[in-house]
Amino acid sequence: MPETLLKVEHLKKVYESATGNVEAIGDISFEMSAGELVCIVGPSGCGKTTLLKCIAGLLRPTQGTVELDGKRVTGPPPNMALVFQEYGRSLYPWLTVRGNVELPLRHKRLGKAERDGLIDDALAAVGLDHAANSYPWQLSGGMQQRVAIARAVAYQPEVLIMDEPFAAVDAQTRADLEDLVRRLHLERGMSILFVTHDIDESVYLGERVVVLSKSPTWVQEDLVIDLAPERDQISTRALPRFTELRTHVYEQIQRAKRGEAVRPGS
Amino acid sequence: MAPTSTRMSTLARKTALGAIGILGFLALWQLVPTLGLVSPQFLPYATDTLARMFAEFRDLEFWRNVGRTMTAWFLGLLIATVAAGILGTIIGLVPFLRRATHSTIEFLRPIPSVALIPLAVLVYGIQLQAALVIIVFASFWQVFVQVLYGVADVDAVARDTARSFGLSRGDRVRFLILPTALPYLMTGLRLAAAVALILAITAEMVIGIPGLGREIVFYQASGDWVGVYSLVVVTGLLGLVINMLFRVVERKSLSWHQSIRGDEVL
Amino acid sequence: MTLYTSTVRVAPQRSQAWKRTRESILYALGLPFVLLVLWGVWATVAPARFFPAPQVILEAFIDTWVGPAFVTDVLPSLGRLALGILLSIAVGTVVGTLIGLNRWLRELLEPLLEFFRAIPPPVLIPIVMLLMGITDAMKVAVIVFGALWPVLLNTIEGVRSTDSVMTETARSFALTRGERLRYLVLPSATPRIMAGVRQTMSVALILMVISEMFASSSGLGYRIVYFQRNYQIAEMWSGILLLGLIGVLLATIFSIVEKRLLRWYHGIKEVERA
Repeated sequence: MPETLLKVEHLKKVYESATGNVEAIGDISFEMSAGELVCIVGPSGCGKTTLLKCIAGLLRPTQGTVELDGKRVTGPPPNMALVFQEYGRSLYPWLTVRGNVELPLRHKRLGKAERDGLIDDALAAVGLDHAANSYPWQLSGGMQQRVAIARAVAYQPEVLIMDEPFAAVDAQTRADLEDLVRRLHLERGMSILFVTHDIDESVYLGERVVVLSKSPTWVQEDLVIDLAPERDQISTRALPRFTELRTHVYEQIQRAKRGEAVRPGS
Repeated sequence: MAPTSTRMSTLARKTALGAIGILGFLALWQLVPTLGLVSPQFLPYATDTLARMFAEFRDLEFWRNVGRTMTAWFLGLLIATVAAGILGTIIGLVPFLRRATHSTIEFLRPIPSVALIPLAVLVYGIQLQAALVIIVFASFWQVFVQVLYGVADVDAVARDTARSFGLSRGDRVRFLILPTALPYLMTGLRLAAAVALILAITAEMVIGIPGLGREIVFYQASGDWVGVYSLVVVTGLLGLVINMLFRVVERKSLSWHQSIRGDEVL
Repeated sequence: MTLYTSTVRVAPQRSQAWKRTRESILYALGLPFVLLVLWGVWATVAPARFFPAPQVILEAFIDTWVGPAFVTDVLPSLGRLALGILLSIAVGTVVGTLIGLNRWLRELLEPLLEFFRAIPPPVLIPIVMLLMGITDAMKVAVIVFGALWPVLLNTIEGVRSTDSVMTETARSFALTRGERLRYLVLPSATPRIMAGVRQTMSVALILMVISEMFASSSGLGYRIVYFQRNYQIAEMWSGILLLGLIGVLLATIFSIVEKRLLRWYHGIKEVERA
């Protein structure tokens, strides 16, 4: 049985302000095994980004723990990589594509040859080997997001976390990028935690879909996606099972939005 | 998004810290001559300087000098702004003029207007006009360059919209170009106001035109160092007031403009 | 795979390129030439005492400045100017970075620094003269004390307004503080810093000229005033011309450095404008 890579236990995050406390996350627990592709969906404002930031060590949770590889996460762990939604503000415009991909590798104590190898490999994996010397702002939105993905891939993290990475990209490009993510997952066995608001995307991509409730958020459902590992945009989305699953998730989200979902264990 | 009370406490903290900084500086200033690090003859006590400053405030002649300086400043700024506004708009709107004048502008612009002081004195003698020449020459460029940028910065989509709706040339200038250029004009005005003050006082110091600058030189000549220091503080406060005033005006005019430039326009 | 989506630039044919260069030269020289001719004609037709003809000024320029005067007066002035500018930039960026990174320090010092910046730099000349006597060091100090503020305050502003998403990216990849400073904070602050440097350079030039007109017995500013007092009009004009050329030289150096450092910044602006 694949070992547990990421364990989130009773995570709670409360934002304090002078006008009152905002409970962004109520009680979230779930686990992720090595080599899994888990998608997280939920209604708007349910704290998905807050959850990700806690997992990534960018925010301190009010209660609960996040464990990566058995070790508690208290700050950004070195074996985790993030891909943000706002690629335009996450890539550094004064560095070339190559420079951006190289930056996180600088303090990893690798030989130059090895580092270059990782960079070339990552750029080829996302299909940007011809654009290595361009600047991010010379590229289209989809290509920029590929650079961000290449940067994360080259870093060789144990788990890749993606925060609604394709929300700001047009539909056709999004389809290409979704397939890229699946390919990286299958070919390299990458563990990926993927947050999205797009229900179809979560079912298409994920091996599991974690549905979050409304704020204060908890895990409303942890659904296994039993579609075949080989998926493609046309045939997979036409499968009756796909429609079943997506309808189920959609209904769950609607219930979550209405606040009807019953808290498990109560 | 920050609730009002957090914003207020931030403001309170910033004000408090800023006040502490200023008081700390005054204390340091007081300490240096007290400890004899510099002779009080060369660095008067802060208390003496401030006392002298308030004494000046009670002196009618002081205010006359402030008036003289401000008159030169105002007239110079006014002439420069009108000239720069008109010329900047005309040249900015006609591409041929822009190209034809570009080299001349780039040569005249960097000339330090203080280089013209001897010429101004020859032509006008020790009169207000000499100071105005210096002030106008320097302030003109600040406003002119900004107006050029502003007139050229008309959003392409907005312009196409205007044309597709069949707006006349005059209408387009009135409803599209001038409002776009207005924030730039305000920025140029703010920069020019600071420059105009510097040169007004410089002209008084170097040429001997009546005003605060000349008073500083008088005090220096008669060894009245407390007077010199007190007037330096006065000019600083004057500069501060002018700067703040124009910042407010600029921000007001920018409030509707989706400005992403700030004063980074290089 | 996906095609490279930027526009493809076809190299222009030789004749087109040559035509465009000729056009640029015409535009660049056209108006100045016309103005000079007009000035020359006016000077011949209606000679004004204080406005000699261009050729007279040019002769005076060569006589006065091309020779020993260049070494005795001009070079030292330029040297002090350069030193003053470089010191201002060095102190301004280093101190500005330190202050900008530390919120408490920044809030403590910012009002005070804004006050110092608001003081019209020339009024500091008598004070610096008093404290340091009339030495070369004093002349450089005058420049630094007056010209430091724009670059200092702009550095503070630039350092503190680093984009939050970029900062989170750096943190998520566990970049060290030094790496963050070198690869994120400083490059992102550079546009603001350069805007400050531009202002610093023009203030420095003003201070150099004024301090020499005011408190010196040598140097460029002093010589121009000397000519004026002795009614050597053409020589005075030649001095003004020289100062203009120095101003243009400074602006050109700035432009070259800025274009190099901020290629990415201008690139983004171009893409946005398209």
